[in-house]
Amino acid sequence: MAENIYITETTIEGADDGPLADRTVAVKDNISTEGVRTTCGSAMLDDYVPPYDATVVDRLQTAGATITGKTNMDEFGMGTTTETSAFGPTDNPAAPGYVPGGSSGGSAAAVAAGEADLALGTDTGGSVRCPAAFCDVVGIKPTYGLVSRYGLIAYANSLEQVGPLAPTVEAAAELLEVIAGPDERDGTTRDAHEHGSDYEYAAAADGDVEGLDIGVPTELLDGADERVVEQFWAAIEELEAQGASHHEVSLPSLEHAVEAYYVIAMSEASSNLARFDGVRYGTSGGYDGNWNESFAKAREEGFGEEVKRRILLGTYALSAGYHDKYYKKAQDARAWIQEDFDDALSEADILASPTMPITPFELGESLDDPMKMYLADANTTPVNLANLPAISVPVGDDDGLPVGLQLVGPAFGEKRLIRAGSALA
Amino acid sequence: MSDFAVDPEEVEHIAELARVELSDEERERFAGQFGEILSAFEALDEVPETDSDPDLTNVMRPDEVRESLDQSEALRNADETEDGQFKGPRVS
Repeated sequence: MAENIYITETTIEGADDGPLADRTVAVKDNISTEGVRTTCGSAMLDDYVPPYDATVVDRLQTAGATITGKTNMDEFGMGTTTETSAFGPTDNPAAPGYVPGGSSGGSAAAVAAGEADLALGTDTGGSVRCPAAFCDVVGIKPTYGLVSRYGLIAYANSLEQVGPLAPTVEAAAELLEVIAGPDERDGTTRDAHEHGSDYEYAAAADGDVEGLDIGVPTELLDGADERVVEQFWAAIEELEAQGASHHEVSLPSLEHAVEAYYVIAMSEASSNLARFDGVRYGTSGGYDGNWNESFAKAREEGFGEEVKRRILLGTYALSAGYHDKYYKKAQDARAWIQEDFDDALSEADILASPTMPITPFELGESLDDPMKMYLADANTTPVNLANLPAISVPVGDDDGLPVGLQLVGPAFGEKRLIRAGSALA
Repeated sequence: MSDFAVDPEEVEHIAELARVELSDEERERFAGQFGEILSAFEALDEVPETDSDPDLTNVMRPDEVRESLDQSEALRNADETEDGQFKGPRVS
């Protein structure tokens, strides 16, 4: 396979019957699969074999799905291109020579190349939606708490969710239906029934946008490439031709989303990744002597550069004297962003923007410039900070480079997003 | 964007706190990049203080004995074990 989609190819059979009995599903390699190695795209976990299944994997098997393998990803989910993987980059099947987006790049590429019918990714700051947009497929980032994170190897717990990737909105909704719902093993899950919804997601894919009021945050268009913006407005016109209407809205807090996201995500990562010391799992390097020094050597060997960068910056943001300046201010920004979304969604049914402000980078283009990569997350990170659901739907291309439309809804408003998205794909 | 200089010694201090050894080359490169990234983070100064009222509740369950991984499964991924326990680096 030329694209380097999988880190581990395997076949895990599901139950004989069930809603996904005739479907194949590729699973991102940070989701635990019992007896099948799970690397997080890191040399640190090169030979880690989980002794248990993630809840979402249990649910896939109960639903009858056949798992085709564990997909390539940015190391520990830290990247926007899938190039920080210790297992090499993945090529974009929809735009060869360009990155598939990240961090769930292998999962999006598996769907785009037809290697699997469906795929699971995880989205901490856009890691399902970005690769969906870049690979010309559909991706859903669920409301925080809709899908269990049990068995997901943590990067930034307060932000991340497992989400589906698929060729169509309806197929993504079918997969969401299987994985959503409370789990006693994840205390942050919540029951959609108690929040004004049910789980009939696939049935909501009826494409009915009659009377739908779409808010367009001007801040999410300002920094976008001109030709991405053109495709975006063409998609809005298509929705309007089917009975929707739009108005512009302003969410001034979004100007600070990227900084707030990176401070919070890096801080949580610096704590979460402390467990990788090479003793219980991971690469130990076999060093003796001072414990701290041997751990530091094992971590130098096992982690790639982007992971080290984020662990160090997170450690810095939480260190004495800087906590109030960075971490506390980032939490203020998070609360402000949540308020702005609440206000905007009280005067619109959904919000729309380009998923990514740019078209895919060429392979290798952004690797040496971390800021350039971070700024590409401007439109996706606000949604994670606000705990809201969002969907990315393909809306055409710019000279062969795919463009995605992002729709954002109120908490547990997945059905509304699926209904609107299915009018386009 | 303000100039925010980070020197390699400061990077080394953070790396020690984070228990990550760095090569000289990484230390130099990170110093330059951290200056640029932390300068961007400076923009958070403009964020107004916001009352956040997160709807967090403790989720409790009864503390009952139930099935769990057996010892050999729990130890399976460790490089070194001894007498059913994880074995850390030898302290000199």
